[in-house]
Amino acid sequence: MDNDELYQQVILDHNRHPRNFREISPCSCQAEGYNPLCGDHLNVYVRLSQEGIVEEVAFQGDGCAISKASASMMTAAMQGKTVEEARALCAEFHSLITKELDPGKETHHLGKLTVFSGIWKYPSRVKCAILPWHTLKGALDNKPTVSTE
Amino acid sequence: MLDIQKVRRDFPNLRTRTRDDKPLVYFDNAATTFKPCQVISLTHSHYCHRTANIHRGVHYLSEEATAQYESTREKVRRFLNAASLSEIIFTKGATEAINLVAYSWGRTFLKPGDEIIISGMEHHSNIVPWQMVREATGCVIRVIPLTDKGELCLDEYRRLLGPRTKLVSVVHVSNSLGTVNPVREMAKDAHAVGALFMLDAAQGIAHEPIDVQAWDIDFLAFSGHKLYGPTGVGVLYGKEKLLEAMPPYQGGGDMILSVTFDQVIYNRLPHKFEAGTPNVAGVIGMGAAIDYVRTLGWEDIISWKKSLVEYGTRVLTAVPGLRMIGTADNKTPVFSFLLGEIHPHDIGTLLDREGVAIRTGHHCTQPVMKRYGIPATARASLAFYNTKEELDVLATALRKVIEVFK
Repeated sequence: MDNDELYQQVILDHNRHPRNFREISPCSCQAEGYNPLCGDHLNVYVRLSQEGIVEEVAFQGDGCAISKASASMMTAAMQGKTVEEARALCAEFHSLITKELDPGKETHHLGKLTVFSGIWKYPSRVKCAILPWHTLKGALDNKPTVSTE
Repeated sequence: MLDIQKVRRDFPNLRTRTRDDKPLVYFDNAATTFKPCQVISLTHSHYCHRTANIHRGVHYLSEEATAQYESTREKVRRFLNAASLSEIIFTKGATEAINLVAYSWGRTFLKPGDEIIISGMEHHSNIVPWQMVREATGCVIRVIPLTDKGELCLDEYRRLLGPRTKLVSVVHVSNSLGTVNPVREMAKDAHAVGALFMLDAAQGIAHEPIDVQAWDIDFLAFSGHKLYGPTGVGVLYGKEKLLEAMPPYQGGGDMILSVTFDQVIYNRLPHKFEAGTPNVAGVIGMGAAIDYVRTLGWEDIISWKKSLVEYGTRVLTAVPGLRMIGTADNKTPVFSFLLGEIHPHDIGTLLDREGVAIRTGHHCTQPVMKRYGIPATARASLAFYNTKEELDVLATALRKVIEVFK
């Protein structure tokens, strides 16, 4: 994978027009994520139904194209999932970007998120992609602040 | 004039090919510099033929290694024009040198309400040690603010100075802005109120010749690896009478004259501050780096770097949407910048594809980022072995980055 693959159109598009880029107020849970290495910073908000279904995930913050696109795509992917499914997807995404999961050979629920599959080749950028996911997990686990360091 | 192509042949790392066989453009010299063959081969030959511990062997190799180690102390003394060999302490880098002063001098002599002045452009290594001293002693830290151009507000500095000021510790050359501070003048001002003056010369050591006596510097810290020498080695310079009055920083071998379980007698300077086996090969390699710079000559280095500042400023500010952070009148070829709305991390990754190595982030100067209201910058930092053609490569690559994000 070269940078053309890293900065694929879908990533550039989500960076330019991030989906669900707003605050949810009131929300069921939220968390703040911070990467002290590069200054990336975001808030993730979750609204759950009474049955524990993720109705909405949204985010706000500053970050590079990779973290912003990752956050944007995450918010879209989470809609309608149960909390358990949401946690499982977080784990799958983690496996994907650390190269533990090969999306070509194994079954997964990642859909378009596989655009991040080659990011392990850029170790300094893995944290950018994972930050929104750690932050979402923090929100679901009632951990209000998350740092990637 | 500097024969740039000849000089470049001294640095094997400059011949590195990166991704897709692109020639490397190394613009991360503020992080660490490349080492010339002279440094590499002397370090190599120490490990091949001269490995021994120093100061205590009676055998041939130990005497040889000791002589080389101590002759480097003399090279450093001459390089800084220090008055005496007792004033040159080898450390593991500039950070340890500042910590040594903070720990030993700071904790011994500072009282609650005493003031230390630092500046808004300090590296974390010249902030955190003083915050630790503040916790231990109750002293107060005052900070010289920055102008929009990235220069120190000297009027404000003079207002901060007063009878409570015990130490001024400032950076000679900013690693994130490139600013060269008027430190001779600032030392004079500090001394006028009876304060000591410490210089963080981590970047400055490769910028211009420093004369600690003429500049009247009380303490100075630098690292070997930013002066084309090895990592893990550096120097603390301190005026002898100050070092004499300071307690040891660490205890161990080599820093004692005699030890019983009831009593210890510390060694004389400079050994009092060099506990344990030092980085012998590193010190010797740093000596070779100093020789290299002296042989090349400051005049040529300075005039070439000045032309890189001018050329770099011109070609980079011509890139659409580029905003330079740090535009001091007197600066070194460090170009910190933002490019439209594109995050510095993305700039760094895309430049890497073109073979251009830069640094992105806060550069261990978070207060500088806060001052300009930005989370990070992209930083190209040049050494004397860099060329104008390489700056052209950077400018072209930045235009490609803009294309990707269009």
